Amino acid sequence: MSAGVLLGHGLAVASILFVIGLIGVLVRRNLLFQLLSIEIMLNAAGMAFVIAGARWGQADGQVMFIFILVMAAAEVAVGLALLLRVSRRVRDLDGDAVSAMRG
Amino acid sequence: MIALFYLASAVALVAAAMAISRRNAFHALLYVVVSLLAVAVVFFTIGAPFAGALEIIVYAGAIIVLFVFVVMMLNLGPSAVRDEYGFLTPAMWIVPGGLAAILLAELVVIISGTGDGVTGAAIGPREVGLALFGPYVVAVEVASFLLLAGLVGAAYLGSGARISGGDR
Amino acid sequence: MDDLLCSLPIWLVPALPAVGFVVLAVVGGQLPRRWAAVIGTGSVGLSAATTLGVAACFLRHPPADGVRIETVWTWIDVGSFEIGFSLALDALSLVMIFVVSFVGFLIHLYSTEYMADDEGFSRFFAYMNLFVAFMLMLVLADNLFLLYLGWEGVGLCSYLLIGFWYTDAANGAAAQKAFIVTRVGDTAMAVALLLLFTHAGTLDVRQAMAWATENWAPGSTMAVAVALLLLGGAVGKSAQLPLQTWLPDAMAGPTPVSALIHAATMVTAGVYLIARTHAVFLLAPPAMTAVAVVGAATLLLAGCSALVQTDIKRVLAYSTIRQIGYMCLGVALGAWSAALFHLMTHGLFKVLVFLPAGAVILALHHEQDIFRMGGLRKRLPVVFWTFLLGSASLAALPVVTAGFYSKDLILWAAWASSAGAPWLWVAGAFGALLTAFYSFRLVFIVFFGDEKGHVEHRPGLKILIPLVVLAALSVIGGFVETPGWLGHVTAFSNLTETTLPAVDWAVTDHHVEHRLQAVVAGITLLGVLAAYLLYLRPSSIPTAVKATPLGAWLSRFWLSGWGFDTLYDRLFIRPFKGLAQLLRGDPFDEISATVARVAESGHSAMSRTQSGRIRTYAFGIGVGAVIAVAIVVLT
Repeated sequence: MSAGVLLGHGLAVASILFVIGLIGVLVRRNLLFQLLSIEIMLNAAGMAFVIAGARWGQADGQVMFIFILVMAAAEVAVGLALLLRVSRRVRDLDGDAVSAMRG
Repeated sequence: MIALFYLASAVALVAAAMAISRRNAFHALLYVVVSLLAVAVVFFTIGAPFAGALEIIVYAGAIIVLFVFVVMMLNLGPSAVRDEYGFLTPAMWIVPGGLAAILLAELVVIISGTGDGVTGAAIGPREVGLALFGPYVVAVEVASFLLLAGLVGAAYLGSGARISGGDR
Repeated sequence: MDDLLCSLPIWLVPALPAVGFVVLAVVGGQLPRRWAAVIGTGSVGLSAATTLGVAACFLRHPPADGVRIETVWTWIDVGSFEIGFSLALDALSLVMIFVVSFVGFLIHLYSTEYMADDEGFSRFFAYMNLFVAFMLMLVLADNLFLLYLGWEGVGLCSYLLIGFWYTDAANGAAAQKAFIVTRVGDTAMAVALLLLFTHAGTLDVRQAMAWATENWAPGSTMAVAVALLLLGGAVGKSAQLPLQTWLPDAMAGPTPVSALIHAATMVTAGVYLIARTHAVFLLAPPAMTAVAVVGAATLLLAGCSALVQTDIKRVLAYSTIRQIGYMCLGVALGAWSAALFHLMTHGLFKVLVFLPAGAVILALHHEQDIFRMGGLRKRLPVVFWTFLLGSASLAALPVVTAGFYSKDLILWAAWASSAGAPWLWVAGAFGALLTAFYSFRLVFIVFFGDEKGHVEHRPGLKILIPLVVLAALSVIGGFVETPGWLGHVTAFSNLTETTLPAVDWAVTDHHVEHRLQAVVAGITLLGVLAAYLLYLRPSSIPTAVKATPLGAWLSRFWLSGWGFDTLYDRLFIRPFKGLAQLLRGDPFDEISATVARVAESGHSAMSRTQSGRIRTYAFGIGVGAVIAVAIVVLT
């Protein structure tokens, strides 16, 4: 709990995790998987905050992480409820089929 | 300690990569859980035990469980898995992969200029609590609004009531 | 009495017919015919009476500088450009308003009977009143802008009246032709006015002329340009070469219209314009030469055409064109008073020929081909005698007719003035021969010989009174200006020389003058004799001449007015129509349409990015993030 982890490395890990989540959002057509990938991205962002807060020795990083957590929870709740609605009309939760707003 | 950090990070990354490429929803969810746990370990190693605990309890324990509930309600069967195979062709990874690579490169460039900082002592729940209900108390109240809104919205949308308007 | 006369304002003269127009235009349709006739004729009659009063005042108490100016109101006042609605009465405009109002009144009286059966009775009188008002304004205008207003106004009324029977498309086409051809002239005149204003800074006639005389050297380019452009305007309105093609077709209008507008007044507006702006013309000898050439050429051209026409009104139309050619010739020779005198007498005797012709046409129920008329001398005696007198005056039979005196003056000036030349005199004399020939050809064909045509409508009093009055005037009207061997009365030139310059005589030998007069008189009688021999006696010479190939071709060529219509058709109308066809797809609009099309295709391209798919939008956000971070990284 004392030896130094390099800040740069920590942030790099968070970046890679974020990018992985981004790829997931762009590639998957199923809405559920897209939501999942968004969760991964949010997690990565929170991780970046915590690492930065630990570097400066302050609690602010973790505070921000808590808020991110709160936001993710609210978002997931509403998002999954919408997903349930969509699932009744669209086969396989195909994100490309929910494109009535086109044009 | 540092070796643990690198190991946990590697696990998190690999698990996340596996999660986004599975065709079965359950498999993907389980991989995500693994990733989240690994991230929690990372938090422990850098001296943020409270964050790590919250990660496990709230993130992996509530949010992903919510996902699991929904997946079970949706009753995605083998036919869904077969369609997923149709969706996920190898050619689809190219462009997003390229874009992501560019973004990663830019982020790395930014990070490399930050200078090497060293993580220090552990910051326990006490400090976090003092910070939360000290300087950040307004944000806490706002967060509670957000949670209320999310609660009401989810309750209504999930109740199955008919929503007027739109093409039904 | 004098005070009463001199308190008559000048503006009353054009205002009375204008009021008549307004009344007839607004309520004329509901008024009974008698009232419309009374208002229409009465307004012009009152105007004529006012003219008498104003003239009496002018003659008894000649104003200083020979001109009496009256500003009614300020019309335009913009910066340094100030135009007032001001009327100027001098000798030139006095003669003109006399002619216009008196002849106008007589013709209005005549039309009350001529147009009695027509549906558009009140409309006719409304237009005629408007025309008289505009014409009076034209000749009384003190500045060129007001003159241009009157100019355009008479052009409009001419269009309305030529196409009076508008249900027949041919009349509308004739009216359009008249309007468009005179438009060409009007544009030239407008350019001249603009040039004059740019240089002189004012459009007031007297001031502009004074400025021109002081600042432009004789023969300078500007003076020549302005003079030629003014000539262009005059040529258009007066139907001279090359813009003479509209007048024969304008005979499609009712006969009173042809008499008033296209014989006595509007077509003389061109000559009036040249006389008004004589200062500029005197500064531009090339322009004067151009006027002479135009006058002489038109004379001969129209004379030949008049020889072969078969429609009675077209003969008279070509005759009018010729007589105006004479006036232009007079003006070009510096014989301003003589030209004005001829304008006055022509106004009298041409109308005196048109009105009986109209009576004949009416009597034969709108028959206009002369070879279907004959022997009307016994059935329509008064008409015959007045027509004979008018034709005699037109042909300038010696001594008894007014036409003789005026034409004689011009011919003498052609020989004897410093700008004259013997060949001009020869041309004029040959023209006199032609005039005598074709006018008496008309008389003999229509009124002598076997009786053809069925007289349906004998002319009533309202037609006959104007004829008799005009006949009397056309005899005694000549006596205001007589040559040396007949009393040497110079009342007319004394009056006009207060405004217009006198002739510059090169030869003043009166014996030469008398000898030349005798020659001309002889030529005229020769022409009458020729017509008698060829047309009164049953003679096969005319038909024989027409049967020869040359004769036939000449006859057709002259009948069409020397082919000018075909020429203009090939030269202007066909290319214009071709161009219009070419531009039918509106290619210039394509330029702005292309802008619209580019915007539209850009829009549809952009709207394809709105695929409605979440993944596409996420991709867009990703790309945006990449770019934003790149900017941060690179700077």
